[in-house]
Amino acid sequence: MVNPEKIVKIPIGPQHPALKEPACFTVSLNGEKLVDLDLRLGYNHRGVEKAAEGRTYTQNMYLFERVCGICSHSHATCFIQCVEEVAGLEVPPRGRFLRTLIGELERIHSHFLWLGVAAHEIGFDTLLMYSWRDREVVMDLLAMLTGNRVNYAANVIGGAKHDVTDEQKAAILKAVDTLEERTKYYIEVASEETTLIARLSNVGRISLEDVKRLGTVGPTARASGLSQDARRDDPYAAYKEVPFSVITDTHCDVYGRTLVRVGELMESYKIIRYVLQNLPDGPIAAKAPRKIPAGEAVSRYEAPRGEDVHYVRGNGTEKPERVRVRAPTMVNLLSVPKMLEGNNLADVPITVAAIDPCFSCTDRAIRVADADGGNAQVFSWEESRRFGIDWYRKNGVDFTDVNKRLAQRLK
Amino acid sequence: MKKPGKMLAELLRHVTKRPATTQYPFKKIDVPATYRGRIVFISENCIGCKLCMRDCPASAITINKVGEEKIFEAVFDLDKCIYCAQCVLSCNKKALMTSTDFELAQITRKNLRMVYDAKPKPPAPPKEPVVAPPADAGAAPASPQA
Ligand code: SF4
Ligand code: SF4
Repeated sequence: MVNPEKIVKIPIGPQHPALKEPACFTVSLNGEKLVDLDLRLGYNHRGVEKAAEGRTYTQNMYLFERVCGICSHSHATCFIQCVEEVAGLEVPPRGRFLRTLIGELERIHSHFLWLGVAAHEIGFDTLLMYSWRDREVVMDLLAMLTGNRVNYAANVIGGAKHDVTDEQKAAILKAVDTLEERTKYYIEVASEETTLIARLSNVGRISLEDVKRLGTVGPTARASGLSQDARRDDPYAAYKEVPFSVITDTHCDVYGRTLVRVGELMESYKIIRYVLQNLPDGPIAAKAPRKIPAGEAVSRYEAPRGEDVHYVRGNGTEKPERVRVRAPTMVNLLSVPKMLEGNNLADVPITVAAIDPCFSCTDRAIRVADADGGNAQVFSWEESRRFGIDWYRKNGVDFTDVNKRLAQRLK
Repeated sequence: MKKPGKMLAELLRHVTKRPATTQYPFKKIDVPATYRGRIVFISENCIGCKLCMRDCPASAITINKVGEEKIFEAVFDLDKCIYCAQCVLSCNKKALMTSTDFELAQITRKNLRMVYDAKPKPPAPPKEPVVAPPADAGAAPASPQA
C-alpha cells in the first residue's frame, strides 16, 4: 500500500525543455515509480474549426493542411474527401493514385522523423542524426513533386494538383531504393542493438484489451496486436487496388511500436513502386463546383499517427456550415496514463513520444463541465484571459509591475 | 548477433566523408524548378477578374486598377502569403507564376509588402499607384519587369 504522504506531485509542462509542444502532465510519484498521471491539453487551441466556417472550400483546403505540420496531406485529403462526398464528385483514377503516392511519401517522412525523435528521447542521438539525414531524401522528393517540403498543397477538390513526369518517376524510384536500403539497416539496428532493445522493452506496456477499450489507433494500436488500418478497412484513394499488408506486433511496448513503424516503411516502398508502375492514364482531377450542395459526410484517413476523422456539413453555399476534426493523437493520448502505470519517471518522455503525439492538431474548444454532465461553462477569450490573470495573482504571481516597466522601457 | 555498438561501424565509415549538411548561406541551396517561392505577376496578361484575390486563403494578394485603362498592378503581402500557389491555379490568363525565390526575409515588415507596379498608359492622366511609394518597390526583392 502506498503511503499517501510519500506521494510527490511534479508538473511536467506546459512549458518544459523536454516537450516540443505545450501540454501539461502532472505526475504523482512514489519514489521513482509513477502512481498517477493527470493530463491537461488546451494550451494550443487555434480555433481551426471556427475559422473554417468563414472560408470557402478552396481556402479551407489550405487551412486544414495546416492542422498538422507533419501529416499535412492527411488532414487536407481527409477534409477534401468529405467535400467530394457531399458534392458527389468522383475522383479520376490517376488522381486517386497520385494522392496515394503523396500520402505514402508523407508516411515515410513522418516515420523517419519519429524514429529520430524516439532515439533522441532515449539518448541515442547517433540514430537521430542518421535517420534525419536520410529523411532529407524524401523531403527533397516531396519538394520536387509538389513545390514544398511540408505543406504540399497536392490536392484540389476533385483530384490531385500535380502530375508526375517520367523523370520524376525515375527520381522517386531511385530515392525509394536508397531509402529501402537505409530502412533495412535501421531494422537491423532495431533488432540487434542490445542497448536499444533493453531501453525500450517493457516500457509503456498496454495490452490488446486496453487498446480496444480505449479506442487507440494507428501504429500504437497495431503494436499491441490489433490489426486495424483505415487503408484496408475503409479504403480511400487507391488503396483498394494496391496490395499491401498491415504490420502488427505483439510486444505491446515501445519496442513493438518501433518495429511496427519501421515495418510500415517497407510497406510504403512497396506501395509507391506499385503506384508508379500501375499509374492509370487520364485526367488527374474532376471539375469541382464552387458551391457545394447541402449535406454532410464523415471521412476516415490513415494518417502516419493513426486514423484521422473529419466531418463536414455543407449548406449549399461556398462555405461549410460546420467542420469537425478528430486528430489521431486525441484518442491515443487517452492510452498514455494506462501505459505509464507502474513505470519510472524516466520512462515518461519516451512513452509519450512513442504515440507520436501532436498536441496542436488535437486541441479543440474548451468546455468546462461538471463531472455529472450538468453546469457546462464556456469561456470567451477575454474571460479566460481574466481568469488566468486572477488565478496567478491569487497564487502570488503578479505581472502588473513588470508590464508597466516594460511599457515604459518600450517608450 | 546481438551486441551493443551496432552503429559504430556506420559512424567510423563516415569519419572521412564530407558533412551531409550544406554550408548555407555560403553555398546556395538548390531548389527544384517546381518550387513554390515568391509569386511573380505579369501585368500584361492580367484582365482584372480578381479570381486570385477571391481564392487566396491568406488575403495576401490585391489587384488594383491603375489609371483609366484596363491595366492592373498586384500588391503582395509576402508575410501573409503561405506560398500555396492557389492564385496561380485560379488565374486563367497566366498572369501569375511561381518562382524559385525563397530568400524573402526582410529587416522591417514594410519591405514585405511587394508591389508589381504597372505603368498606366501614357495618354491616361498619370495617377500614382495607390498603395506603393516608389521607394518601397525598390527595397523589395527584384521586380519581374526589372
Ligand atoms: S486571376 Fe489572373 S487575370 Fe484575374 S485578376 Fe488575378 S492575376 Fe489578373
Ligand atoms: S500563393 Fe497562396 S497565399 Fe500566396 S498570394 Fe497566392 S493564393 Fe495567396
